[in-house]
Amino acid sequence: MRLVPKQIETLWTLFTAPVVWAAHFLVCYIGAAIYCAKPELVGLGFSAVRAGIAAATVIALSLIALSAWLAWRQWGFGTDDPPHDDPTRRDRTLFQGFATLLLSGLSFIAVIFTAMPALFVTECIR
Amino acid sequence: MGRYFSLSATSLLLASGTAGAQSSTQSVLEPAGAEAQQTAVLFWVMLSGGAVIWLGVVGLLLHAALVNRRRLAEKSASSIILWGGVVFPSVTLCALLVYALWLMPGLRPFAQASAAALRIEVTGRQFWWEVVYHPAQGPPVASANEIRLPVGEWVELTLKSADVIHSFWIPPLGGKMDMIPGRTNRLSIMATKPGIYRGPCAEYCGTSHALMAFSAVAMAPEAFRSWLAAQAIPAKSAGASGGALFLRHGCGSCHFVAGTDARGLIGPDLSHVGSRATVAAGILPNTEDAVTRFIARPDLIKPGSSMPAFDMLPPDDIRAIAAWLRGLQ
Repeated sequence: MRLVPKQIETLWTLFTAPVVWAAHFLVCYIGAAIYCAKPELVGLGFSAVRAGIAAATVIALSLIALSAWLAWRQWGFGTDDPPHDDPTRRDRTLFQGFATLLLSGLSFIAVIFTAMPALFVTECIR
Repeated sequence: MGRYFSLSATSLLLASGTAGAQSSTQSVLEPAGAEAQQTAVLFWVMLSGGAVIWLGVVGLLLHAALVNRRRLAEKSASSIILWGGVVFPSVTLCALLVYALWLMPGLRPFAQASAAALRIEVTGRQFWWEVVYHPAQGPPVASANEIRLPVGEWVELTLKSADVIHSFWIPPLGGKMDMIPGRTNRLSIMATKPGIYRGPCAEYCGTSHALMAFSAVAMAPEAFRSWLAAQAIPAKSAGASGGALFLRHGCGSCHFVAGTDARGLIGPDLSHVGSRATVAAGILPNTEDAVTRFIARPDLIKPGSSMPAFDMLPPDDIRAIAAWLRGLQ
């Protein structure tokens, strides 16, 4: 069993980071909404919501970092500069790797922005 | 940032448009409340930040177009894109977001440790505001289309709607909060400067939405308390004939006037209507002429309102009723 997945060529790797970003967004917002609508359901304080958001954020950032590392590998660790616009299999792979790396960066920042309110908001709206 | 800018532009327009009816301010740029003060600072910080960035970008554009038209080497172009297009915007946005989020708990003191001494229940109706004061001691006091509050004290507003969605907003005092049928929303505000401020309905609610407003009067705490105590006692108006006509023509089936047989709850409470700055929910000055005109043809002044026209009454009766209402101080 290998720790790091084998390099595979599929368009789906491109969407990994944005999908993690979307899932993290939903977990944070839906989780907080459910807690604030029915706090008795969970039975813990609002700090539990903040801890949950922190955990979800750490997981999301790790997954995005992994996706970024895989993309960096697919991009050949930056040995070749863009634009990768030759009609060859090699350039297609490098282009996809580079695009995935950029999307991972965007998703990384977006996940941090999504989680940031939990640093400051300490209670539900009454 | 765009939202704040358009809000203040709108409120400036509205303030100038209604200056004739009432000399009160409705601008978020002239804050007179704790929350509005922070919102105004946030607006100026965002505006200044945006202006600096805009000047920088335009300056670079002019530099590239007029001063230095040389092609950049690919390496330095890439580093400009990395630092100017990725790192700088990310860090700047992060800083502005942190600042705005840091303000949030203070902007909306949702669950203060100590309950506010005064709670005011405001119910939006097409097209007026039902107001009930719930002081810590003493019975509730009903009013309409005017909200008075003590300067320097947190007041809790309980916001409801009886028909459609309205939105409660006193721009110089704080942010707005929707009034949603079947739901109770809460808002805490604190006025920091005495004055009369105009509050518009901030959510389209029907034909006369733009004609639905109220005045918020921020008073010194002592003056406020004696005013509230006086409001709890029925007003005595001279011109008893107007009062008798008010009852005889059936006005009391919709309007409540404390101390009389007028016990209707459909229209605004008129117990102390003479003491209000405006009538017809913030759109007419409180004069005998205006009240007379409104009684005769409310549909002309406020299209879509529930009150029927009473122009079939003898003009002298209408005038006597208006004089009596004005006397309800």
